[in-house]
Amino acid sequence: MTWEYAPAPESRDIANLKANYRMFLDGEFVEGAGEPLKTVNPATEEVLAEVSTASPADVDRAVKAAKRAQDRVWGRMPGAERAKYIFRVARMIAERARELAVLESLDNGKPIKESRDTDVPTAAAHFFYHAGWADKLDHAGFGPDPRPVGVAGQVIPWNFPLLMAAWKIAPALACGNTVVLKPAETTPLTALVLAEIIQQAELPPGVVNILPGAGDIGAELVNHPGVNKVAFTGSTEVGKIIQRSLAGTGKKLTLELGGKAANIVFDDAPIDQAVEGIVNGIFFNQGHVCCAGSRLLVQESVAEEVLDKLRKRVATLRIGDPLDKNTDVGAINSREQLAKIQELVASGEDEGAVRWTSPCPVPDKGFFFAPTVFANVSQAMRIAREEIFGPVLSVLTFRTPDEAVAKANNTPYGLSAGVWTEKGSRILLMADRLRAGVVWANTFNRFDPTAPFGGYQESGFGREGGRAGLEAYLDV
Amino acid sequence: MSDRVTVAKTYKLYLGGAFPRSESGRTYPVTDARGKFLANAAQASRKDLREAVGAARKGFGKWSGATAYNRGQVLYRVAEVLEGRREQFAAEVAASEGVPQKRAQSLVDTAIDRWVWYAGWTDKIATVLGAANPVAGPYFSFSVPEPTGVVGVLAPQRSSLLGLVSVLAPALAAGCAAVVVTSQNRPLPAITLSEVLATSDVPAGVVNLLTGHTAELAPWLATHADVNALDLTGAPPELRTDLERAAAGTVKRVLRTPAEEPDWTARPDIARLRAVLETKTVWHPMGA
Repeated sequence: MTWEYAPAPESRDIANLKANYRMFLDGEFVEGAGEPLKTVNPATEEVLAEVSTASPADVDRAVKAAKRAQDRVWGRMPGAERAKYIFRVARMIAERARELAVLESLDNGKPIKESRDTDVPTAAAHFFYHAGWADKLDHAGFGPDPRPVGVAGQVIPWNFPLLMAAWKIAPALACGNTVVLKPAETTPLTALVLAEIIQQAELPPGVVNILPGAGDIGAELVNHPGVNKVAFTGSTEVGKIIQRSLAGTGKKLTLELGGKAANIVFDDAPIDQAVEGIVNGIFFNQGHVCCAGSRLLVQESVAEEVLDKLRKRVATLRIGDPLDKNTDVGAINSREQLAKIQELVASGEDEGAVRWTSPCPVPDKGFFFAPTVFANVSQAMRIAREEIFGPVLSVLTFRTPDEAVAKANNTPYGLSAGVWTEKGSRILLMADRLRAGVVWANTFNRFDPTAPFGGYQESGFGREGGRAGLEAYLDV
Repeated sequence: MSDRVTVAKTYKLYLGGAFPRSESGRTYPVTDARGKFLANAAQASRKDLREAVGAARKGFGKWSGATAYNRGQVLYRVAEVLEGRREQFAAEVAASEGVPQKRAQSLVDTAIDRWVWYAGWTDKIATVLGAANPVAGPYFSFSVPEPTGVVGVLAPQRSSLLGLVSVLAPALAAGCAAVVVTSQNRPLPAITLSEVLATSDVPAGVVNLLTGHTAELAPWLATHADVNALDLTGAPPELRTDLERAAAGTVKRVLRTPAEEPDWTARPDIARLRAVLETKTVWHPMGA
């Protein structure tokens, strides 16, 4: 039977969208000296707002403001006092959750059910969790009275704009650092509303500075001599450039980079549950997830059954208006990203993989890409090796657990992995042998501020979340 | 004093559990602190280094797969054998570093004690750095530290044994395998240490010690894609930035090490263990 859905759009008025947004520097919203950027709704291609961007001189001012604030106020403040400011931010994010969710979906293109149920609440949770650390750092296992690093320069991606800002800012502040953060060029809006919250929460001027801009401003920021710690989330390619440019500076660095996660399904797995997990693993957030389960490894004996069920399930995914509460797959974040996905998909076809694309209707306007599954993929193909960062799944098969491990680990990345099996001992063995920072067993894409997240190998180094995540922001 | 002529030792590389000469056939003379000839050491080549990394990768599988208790026992065994060779090490350290015999003895004792300290960490570090994560949902989530893999070590140039032990033992205790470029001018205690390792049940390939020219070997270690972490303690200062830059090509973990060689007699903390450990987080749903 076919389900018909009436449209159920969330009202875009809730976003309180403004025509202009300004950068946040030393406690004030000011016009940046950079070329203003126009941020676009990827679902409609309309301009949402004009956003002022930073110039190199603005970066310098922001870093100096952050340094002043760190020296004079934030670094000296007792942890218990810092904590209360950070708690305030957590509460205010929760209070403005609806507004932030709608704004995020407008600017990023992700379905409202995801921004509403994942991005915004998890962002609030990150502040809440880290607030509590601020006066307990003595007990975090880094020795007595661990000191902050200083000024943190942070550059974040467009896939989880508010959530990544929270992942970066919350631990930095808890540990006594001050922050200059550059949101992604295509998704600056929620970070600037977060700046408003930070202002309303009366954090001392300069403790958090948010400077929109393109990659050149990110480079300016991470290379500024006043920055003591750099945190970057984004592509492995840019991560390497940053690591290279920081060589010899003594700056502390953490990188959360790309991935090509294996999601491994054994023949004894609960297949229906696994199919849900596979779908979540690759189609959550349009596949714009560094830890996406983009390589499905299915045990040969159940490969056909899994693929059949998977195609049936994927065909029911609704692609379209990100603000519609029934939308499963929203818009690709930008024209450039869409082109990249199309190029890699074409390479998959050229290299002989068998393409299946969901027949679901796709809007004529905006940047959309229908969920796609490639079968008969071999390890040498680009779609098995390169991060696509889109709703495209590559399916490979294996016969034995050893082969599954070998194939899963056959990548320079190592961010995440999934395992589906009913056998407990096998879960633990696989979890032990997979070289990845996060292993989800009989689930996928779970995140929590108490659970450290980060990669092995070329997926980066350092962790975010949990006790382990504090290390990045302490001089230890 | 006997008139007997002593049997002189040939100092070779320690690679994959064996003691080969450099494939290049090269050696270089090693002198004591006063310039008196001590021995010819093998001068490892790029090819030796690549073989060492290959051996370390193989050794890593075995070593990281062993139980923490077993690793602890093996490392403690190393300390036992070190203790048995106390006099030999003291003589070599005194000759290499030009310190009085008494001071050399004390450095050796500290090195042995340090080895014991790290040996005891193998089955405790996971308790200290791991966690059960109280996530907000019906899941069990836990985090465990895991060895990062193959660690490339440019050993301290001055402290020939204590410095070497202070950088090598934490990598081993963490479960990593190591490719070590020894102190260039003071390599003899390192080679003697490799004889200890070879007779202490440390699996072949887990430690590989190469003598030679640090500046020649370091770039190959920094760029090798199968090296996961890099310790630049003994890097020539003028090469340090270049080596860090090269390490970025494969996103290596570059240890935060001081520009000047530190005082190795100071009591260590667990920073060096942390630096070569990854945190792995595992999730599983809870339900009936």
